[in-house]
Amino acid sequence: MNSTGARHAFDPAVLFKALFLGLVAIFVLVPLLATLLGGFKSLGELRVNPFGLPSHWEWQNYADILFSARYWQLLRNSLVISTLAVTLTLITASMAAFTFAHVRFFGSSMLLSYLTLGLLFPAATAVLPLFIKVRDLGLLDTYFGVALPQVAFSLAMSVLLLRRFFKDIPYELLEAALVDGCSYIKFFRYVTLPLSRPILATVGTITFVNSWNAYLLPLVMLNTDALYPWPLGIMVYQGEYSSEWHLILAFITLTILPTIILFLLAQKHIVAGLTAGAVKG
Amino acid sequence: MVARRIAIASPVNVAGETAPQTLRGPGWDGRFTVLILFLPPALLLFTLFVVLPIGEAAWYSAFNWNGFGRPTNWIGLDNYRFVLETRAFWLALRNNGLIIAVSLAIQLPLALALALMLAEKFRGAVALRMLFFMPYILAEIATGLIFSFVYDGDYGLVASIWRTFGAEPPHLLASTDTAMLAVLIVVVWKYFGFHMMLFIAALQSLDKSLVEAARIDGATRTQTLRHVVIPLLYPTIRLSVFFAIIGSLQLFDLVMPLTRGGPADSSNTMVSFLYNNGISRMRVGYGSAIGVILFAICVTFAFTYKRWFMRDE
Repeated sequence: MNSTGARHAFDPAVLFKALFLGLVAIFVLVPLLATLLGGFKSLGELRVNPFGLPSHWEWQNYADILFSARYWQLLRNSLVISTLAVTLTLITASMAAFTFAHVRFFGSSMLLSYLTLGLLFPAATAVLPLFIKVRDLGLLDTYFGVALPQVAFSLAMSVLLLRRFFKDIPYELLEAALVDGCSYIKFFRYVTLPLSRPILATVGTITFVNSWNAYLLPLVMLNTDALYPWPLGIMVYQGEYSSEWHLILAFITLTILPTIILFLLAQKHIVAGLTAGAVKG
Repeated sequence: MVARRIAIASPVNVAGETAPQTLRGPGWDGRFTVLILFLPPALLLFTLFVVLPIGEAAWYSAFNWNGFGRPTNWIGLDNYRFVLETRAFWLALRNNGLIIAVSLAIQLPLALALALMLAEKFRGAVALRMLFFMPYILAEIATGLIFSFVYDGDYGLVASIWRTFGAEPPHLLASTDTAMLAVLIVVVWKYFGFHMMLFIAALQSLDKSLVEAARIDGATRTQTLRHVVIPLLYPTIRLSVFFAIIGSLQLFDLVMPLTRGGPADSSNTMVSFLYNNGISRMRVGYGSAIGVILFAICVTFAFTYKRWFMRDE
């Protein structure tokens, strides 16, 4: 929106835009920076100076957490659950999506609509019966008890996204392969999957972020502290250190650090992934 | 076509299969194998953990049951009556309405304005986009905890600002008057970036020649925006509204670290109400009734909205 003639001439629109963007940036950044810096302060300093740089940097707060078994256990649990969820989602959803995209059979569109019912309501609506089901299956207090329902609830979106992509693979390709004696399964393994890496990455990212950040399902399904993923663990930690905010802030910073690093490394995939469902779904 | 066949032939041969010379179309045999191998895992998981629980919720909601043994104490529709007679249920419903109102009245215009500014290329635009999107990928639990610090009456940022003006700092999350307002601000902080990204994606795939044509025909910047750009964005706006409403109906994680729905149920959402009254006390029948009501709201909304506003998409 630069005025084309004189780039550096005073333009109230540009000034307004800069001010507006600056204000929003402050609104977003201040809570995050205060959290990061708060972890470096003593409790006494936090009370009088929650905004500024610490006058004395308390590296101990962060070091204590980083060298505690507890922190790493939480991250490990989260990683195990998320990896299970991503792997199982990619396998089951891509197989189903392939069938819906390339195999014509009676009831195909009916079954697809059946799966997309999952888009209509949140997991929370049926969480009590889900708890009883998981209990009756003997999966309560296991990683699978959390991961399997997560997979089930991510299937609808994943199948839709994958099917759309698979359908764009030219049908003549499949036809030719079948004529040459290739089976559907080999075509899936050696043609569809290698050609679909971008969409697999997208679906994997959505599932991973959702599972990594999830709170309600693990809260209901897990009873043992040793199995808690980090969102549960951080709530327990907050309960224990109720008003020692400097420690809680350090703990928050360290637990969201993996997410932020991942985000900075794979921005494109993450933004594409999290908005793809919206745009293409 | 020939080139394609060669491309296909090599991976098949890698798999150790010599291509038979007989011409065989996509026969039923091949399809049958795929059907019985590829569909069941997804369908089974989905049926077991998504569809059956919803059906069971409807069944359990007719019992007074604590989840142990078999449900035997049939009470018909009483659970629904109990839910509808609870004041906290209507408060939760009102709060979900408030979240939707704020999403539409504040978050959506904010996201749209930012998208219009950041869809253009200038130094720092991409960095700002990423910064504004960042809250969306943070876990809701972490966001809630960060803001429970921000709002803390003793150590928090708000308290510190209040003290500079010499006023007694408020405990925003502990008062029935302000708790929900505080939650609403966090909702905007967390989600505006997602909606902004939706709009940026739409703006970037917009047909630029329409905008140029309008400018050449003498339309001012504001006129172009109002009569060309915004109408072209209507599908995305409808989508954004859809997500805001569905998102509001499932909001839970964010509320727990902030207020747990309190004080005095003043900041419950439907799901935190369900959690506090059904799950944490193992009142399976009562909780299932809440779940069924929430399910009915979601499904009715989704179908109506799709029929009325998103017919062509």
